[in-house]
Order: sequence, then structure tokens, then C-alpha cells
Amino acid sequence: MSAGIPDELSAPGSAVARRDADISPYDVAVVGAGVVGTAIARELSRHELRCVLIEAADDVGTGTSKANTAILHTGFDAKPGTLEAGLVRRGCSLLREYSSQAGIPVERTGALLVAWTEEQELTLPELARRARQNGYPALRSVGSDELYVREPHLGAGALGALEIPDESIICPWTVPLAFATEALLAGVQLRLGTTVRSVSGTESGHRLHTDRGPIDAGWVVNAAGLSSALVDRMFGHAEFDVIPRRGQLIVFDKLARSLVSSILLPVPTTRGKGVLVAPTVYGNVLLGPTAEDLDDPSDTATTAAGLTGLLERGNRILPELIGQEVTASYAGLRAATEHPDYQIRIYGDQRYACVGGIRSTGLTASMAIAEYVCAGLADAGLAFERRCELPGPPRMANLGEAFCRPYQDTAQIAADPAYGRIVCHCERVSEGEIRDALQSAIPAHNLDGLRRRTRAGNGRCQGFFCGAQVARMLEHPDGRG
Amino acid sequence: MRQVRVLVVGAGPAGLAAALELRRRGVTDVLVIEREDEAGGIPRHCAHTGFGIRDLHRMLSGPAYARRRVQLAANAQVELLTRTGATGWAGDRALDVTSPAGRDTISADAVILATGCRERPRSARLVPGDRPAGVLTTGELQQRVHGDRVFTGRRAVVVGAEHVSYSAVVTLAWAGVEVVAMTTELPRHQTYWAFDRGARLRWRFPLLTRTALSRIVGHDRVASVDLTDLTNGHARAIRCDTVVFTGDWIADYELARQAGAELDPASRAPRVDTSLATGVPGVFAVGNLIHPAETADVAALTGAAVASAVTRWLDGRREPAPAAVPLAVEEPLAWIAPGMLDPTGPPPPGGRFVLRCCAIRGRGLLTVRQAERTLAMHRVRRLVPNLPVYLPAGWQRAVSPAAGPVTIGYADASPEFFAS
Repeated sequence: MSAGIPDELSAPGSAVARRDADISPYDVAVVGAGVVGTAIARELSRHELRCVLIEAADDVGTGTSKANTAILHTGFDAKPGTLEAGLVRRGCSLLREYSSQAGIPVERTGALLVAWTEEQELTLPELARRARQNGYPALRSVGSDELYVREPHLGAGALGALEIPDESIICPWTVPLAFATEALLAGVQLRLGTTVRSVSGTESGHRLHTDRGPIDAGWVVNAAGLSSALVDRMFGHAEFDVIPRRGQLIVFDKLARSLVSSILLPVPTTRGKGVLVAPTVYGNVLLGPTAEDLDDPSDTATTAAGLTGLLERGNRILPELIGQEVTASYAGLRAATEHPDYQIRIYGDQRYACVGGIRSTGLTASMAIAEYVCAGLADAGLAFERRCELPGPPRMANLGEAFCRPYQDTAQIAADPAYGRIVCHCERVSEGEIRDALQSAIPAHNLDGLRRRTRAGNGRCQGFFCGAQVARMLEHPDGRG
Repeated sequence: MRQVRVLVVGAGPAGLAAALELRRRGVTDVLVIEREDEAGGIPRHCAHTGFGIRDLHRMLSGPAYARRRVQLAANAQVELLTRTGATGWAGDRALDVTSPAGRDTISADAVILATGCRERPRSARLVPGDRPAGVLTTGELQQRVHGDRVFTGRRAVVVGAEHVSYSAVVTLAWAGVEVVAMTTELPRHQTYWAFDRGARLRWRFPLLTRTALSRIVGHDRVASVDLTDLTNGHARAIRCDTVVFTGDWIADYELARQAGAELDPASRAPRVDTSLATGVPGVFAVGNLIHPAETADVAALTGAAVASAVTRWLDGRREPAPAAVPLAVEEPLAWIAPGMLDPTGPPPPGGRFVLRCCAIRGRGLLTVRQAERTLAMHRVRRLVPNLPVYLPAGWQRAVSPAAGPVTIGYADASPEFFAS
């Protein structure tokens, strides 16, 4: 059973999930099914509104949402007084709570913000003061001796650290999938592979001209991430430009996991949070990201210089890490703008909301952003009426090492032996989980989608052992062939 | 919870041969667990011939060889559980397993790890660029083409020029894929002359030596790759839809490492002594897990060789081993297996050590030294990375248990030396 969805709902063509099929005009169209767009769609779906979620890619959560540092931030280091600071702070507790309900893996590893130079050490009190201003008083100074007791593999020369005990690691893939699944089960229409080309006005609102025909909606929410400035211009605004900021990351073998227990943060700079070393909920160790401003909003290529640079940085932070095998490297783009804060604006008279410039903190802030945007829409005149019957958070397949996975679950295997048939041995993904991901409410239809739903193929062999079998299952999701 | 006398993890050539030899020596209750649907290991996916020469004294195709090995084990009443994956250690010589029958713990008096090896994938080689479909290893290619029949492609670049790289060419040709280039960063191929010449005459592909694959480009599917000429740094793009990363073998080391075995930094293989004991009491390692990768017959022979040490261990006759002496290699050598020895212990499988090197050298001498003492010198015709070098073990008894590590080096030999 995938994502805890009752059988009658997960079946393709199900009447319940499709009850509002093709009812245009919608009350609200959300453009972009990343973590922010899906969070907004989920929030809207809790009200008597007919909504459509439009996504240019062929799956939810494929842009910035899928390739980031996978950290649930406390917001301790945000610029006090900004919208981002408030939304990250609130979003962190909302998402923590939601994750426990939906089975999204979160591990409260804590973070150590390490000072490597005297100059950096001098900024630690300022960061602590800033954290208190942000409503996060739990920071603690850690001396060099204690630091090396806690992180014995840390490179030489660390002078001290700030401990942020509530910084956590999270599965970034399950979050937008859970939001979208919940929204879908509550009746939101999901239009994947649909690119908005232009916008025109209708009597009752907007007509979105897409490459798959027009979609009419009373209100439009722009959560298009890297394309949010583009969509904003379709509505006649030019408040910001998106400057894609590429972050390359290296994922190390699971055997490296014992080298680090907390998230190791560098002292932040204006260009971002800097290069960090963090455990992942999948049991690996992450090193990154770089911060490179680009012109091309689709350039998620890694570069030799980027990877080499990361290894050099990593060698200082955690020297033994560099001798470990690399499992994966990837790059994501954050939707940075020329402004230091989120670009959220509600144009009530225009029945349009822009939710742009959501940078790397978007995962943490997503639910608070949704709450904030919906409150803004209500203020601007969109009628919000709470629905009485709600599906509630779906129970998602657990991808986290800290929680029981199907291959470890005697009862689950007894109920369905497919959970005992391991296909991806490196990540211990069973045939049952792959089958579920291919038949769920928002099914995977390519390897990348399957990887994000199950971890299949994400391990150290990268498909040497299981690639062919996984490909065959993708070609025959019904189990035949 | 299940208790057996000997638990073998992995039903490839080495694991099956180990189990068979234990049965021949009268050990009862030998269980082999295999995580895949079928036993037989990597040869199942190798459609070409050349298997079984040194161990079974016949020439078989990979699948036929795998079937033969499974049959021999079955005939000897070796118990074999397929679809049974060891997921971690539950205690000393006890493993947690998952199978469609459920979750279980199998405890044994001796555990033999025969988990084999795999090719380093693109990501571990840190090849930058996009991450499109169409990038795979030979192992995945062979299964996609011959097993699951889920391979499409028209133009392939093969990265690597060792034995397995030529297997990849054969598989690609069988699937109707044109090989547009084979690349190696080394100045020559690393296979037999006849393999290279035969394959290139038949399928007409260029072997680009001193060439690195420096970038992969493509959105959904590979569109092109950049090849950099290492002699002058010039890069050029070459159009293709498939990239096969071949060879660069690495041990499948997870269980060995979790058991507490020390790993060789180059091969990631668990260090074993000449009896194939890992240093963790009652845990042994065999086959391509300790020498990634030898041919299947050599893997089977080292598998069989573990039986005498395992029976000694089971009989409790194993002398308390003095601390094993580590073997270290100097450049251009990369690793040696077994990687430690007890001077009074048995000779290594086949009476020789297996080595790999990381640079090409001409005729020379392997030198075996301990402290200031030279224990042995052994002539080699050449060193070529990815091709095995064997070092006879006649010097083993001369090693002093307390004089520190034994170092194996290489020295260029003057032609006069060989003439004499």
C-alpha cells in the first residue's frame, strides 16, 4: 500500500480523485508544483475551492525542490525582520509536525556552525544575537575541546562552534509529493507537462494559455520557482529577476556516515550558507553546495571545477570524508533574486499572487508560505470556506534510515512478500515499494521519479546490479513482462 | 533464528566453489544465500565464452558456466537460498536477512563472504556534466540487453579498455549499437593483443588512448560527450546516446566493512591473510571480493581454497594466530591480495599473490622487502594497469613476525639482468 492511500483512491481513473476533472474555470490556478506550489495547493484544497496545479515538468518537485541540501532549518541565521525569517521560523515547526503525520523522515541531528578563523570566531556572538532576534534562543557556544569530542573526525584547526540543536535533516523528495498527494486526494487537479506560455484576461479572471490548451481560473498563484519572474512579467510586473544560483553537491558512500553526527555549517556569507557537510536521512553524507550565479535556468550540470573545489573544502572540514567513495554528485538551482528577501506580493485587484524569489529556505518555509499566501488571498477577497471532510495527510512511504523500512518489517513482508523481495540492494528497496510508487496517486513514470519515491538506484552501484530490473518494472508497471 | 555450520554470502563462482569444497571435505550444513533471483553470479549475464578453463577444465559460456557451478553445488547437497539478502550483522557470525519469506537471522560457526565486486559508476569517477539517461556500467548493460531486454541506443562511447570493456563492445554489437569510440586515459589498451585487434577489426571502432571523458551533455538522454586529449589538453565533443563505464572494479565491501574488516584503500577489498581469514574471528572472504576483478575461474579457485582454513576453524584446531604481518605495496603497484600473512600459515590460493598496478612499466622485478632485508625478487615481463600480476609466495616462511610490514615494490631491470 503506497502512501497510505486507500485502494479505491489509488486506482487509476478513480472517481474520487478525479471528481472535478476538467472543470474549467477553476477558482484558483497554482503555477508550479515544486515544494512551494504543492504546499499552496494543499492549503487551498482544505477549502471549498476548485483548484488546478500546473507544472511544466513531468513530475512534481523536479526543480529546486529535488536538488538541495535537504535541511530543515530553524531560521536562526535569517536576516531579522524579513518575511523569510518569520516564514522559515513558522514553517519549520509546521513542517516538523506535518512530517510526523505523513511519515516524512526527519532527524534532529543538530548543527554545529564551525569557526575556522579568528575572524569567523568573532562573528559567532553576532550570529547568536541574531538567532535570539529571530526568536531562536537555544544556541550554545561550543569550545574547541568539546567540538572535537563531539565530532572527532573534524579537520584540524577549528577554533570553536555554535550549536544549533534543532537544525534537522529531512527527505526533500517526499515533502512536495506528500503535499501534492494530499491536494490531489482533496480534489485538486494536477496538470503535469503543461507549460504556461501567456496569460490573457477573461470576464471572470484569467486564461492561462498553455502548450496543452487554455486553462481558465479566477485567481492565479505564481509559484513557478526559477520561472517565477517570467510568469510575473506575463501579469505585467517586473519587480524582480531570477538569477539562477547553481549549487553542486557530492553525496558520499554510507560507510562515511559514521564520520559525522551533526550538520557542520560554515560561517554564512552574503552569498549563501556556504559549503556544509551534513548527514542525509538516507544514511549518506552530503558535501556542498557551491554558489554560482548563472544565466541559464536549466543548467544543472556539474563541473570539474565545482566538484574539485568542493573536495578541497571538504578536505578541510572532514578530511577522512574525501577518501570515501562518492555515490552521486548533482547540481540544483536556487531561485535567487537581486533582493535579500522572498518576493511575495498579492495583487488583489488583479486576482494574482506572486510567490517568487523563494531561495534555499523554501523547503523549510513552504507550509508557512502557503499559510501566508492563502491569508493574503482571503484578505484580497478570495472566499475561503473550510471544508468539513478532508483526507488529511497521506501516509508516505518511508525513505529514512532512522525509521523502519519495509525490508525490516516482518509484518509487512508477511502481509505481502513483495516487500521482502529486495530489488535495489544498495538502498534495500523492495519490489513492493517500487510497485507502489508506480501505482500511487502521483505515479513515477521514469527512473528519476522512481528514485525520488523509493531510493531505487540511488546507491553506491548506481544500477550495476538492479538497473535493468528497475527499468523493466518501469516499462511494465502492472507487474507483467 | 536459524543456526548453520557455515554460511556463505553470495552464490557467484567463489561462493559456490567454497560451499562445494566444504561439502567435499565432509562439512555438513553449508548454507549459501543469494540476494538475486538466481544463483550463478556475474557470469549469468556474460553471453560470451571463455569461462571454466582453469577450474572446470572446459570452455563454457557465462550462463552455462553459472548453471554448471549451481548444479555442482546442488549435487553436493549444498543448501541454496535465493532472493535472500543479508542486510547487516546481528552479532558475531550472525547476519540479518530479508527474503519474501520474511525477516530472519542466520547464525553460523563460520561465515564466508563472497559478495564479489562491481564496476565504479560514473558518479564515483566524478565525471561532470548533465545527468541524462543512457549512462551505465557493463554490468547493467549486459542485464539490459540479455536479461531484461530493456536497452535502446544507437551510438555508444565505451569508457575503459580492459577485458570487460571488450565484453561491453560485444554486447553493444549484439544489441545493434554502433561503438563510436573506446577511450582510455592510459597510453594503451589493457587486454590481450588478440582481443583488441579482433574486436577493432570486426566492429571498426577507434581506440582513443590518453583520452579522458571530461563531460556528459544531454537533457533526457545523452546527446554528446566531451573527450579530452590528455597529451595536449584539447577537448572535442563527440555525438552519442550511450556511455558505458567499464571496469575500474571495486569490491562490494559493505558486509566486510561492517564486520570490522580493514579495507584496502585502493581496491576497497577486505584485507585477508593467506588462509583468507579477515581478522574478524570466523569470518572469511573469497573471490572477487578480495581481488576485484579476476576471471570467474580464478575467483572460483580462491573460493575453493578457503575450505581448509574454514574446516580448521570449525575443528577448533586453528592455532592462535600471531598478529598477521601486513603487506604494503609501493607505486606503481596499487594493491596486493591477500594483504597480510602469517609466516607459519598456509600459502595463498594457488601459491601466489595477486597484484594490480597503476602505471605501465616494462620488464622489471617485483621486490619483497621487510625492514632492510630483501626476501625475494620476481621477474615480470611488464606491468599494465587492470591486468593481473602474480607473485609466487615462496618467501612467505622467510617473513619475520615481528619485523614490521612487508613491502612489495617494483624496479626496472636492465636488459642484462634478463640476458644473464
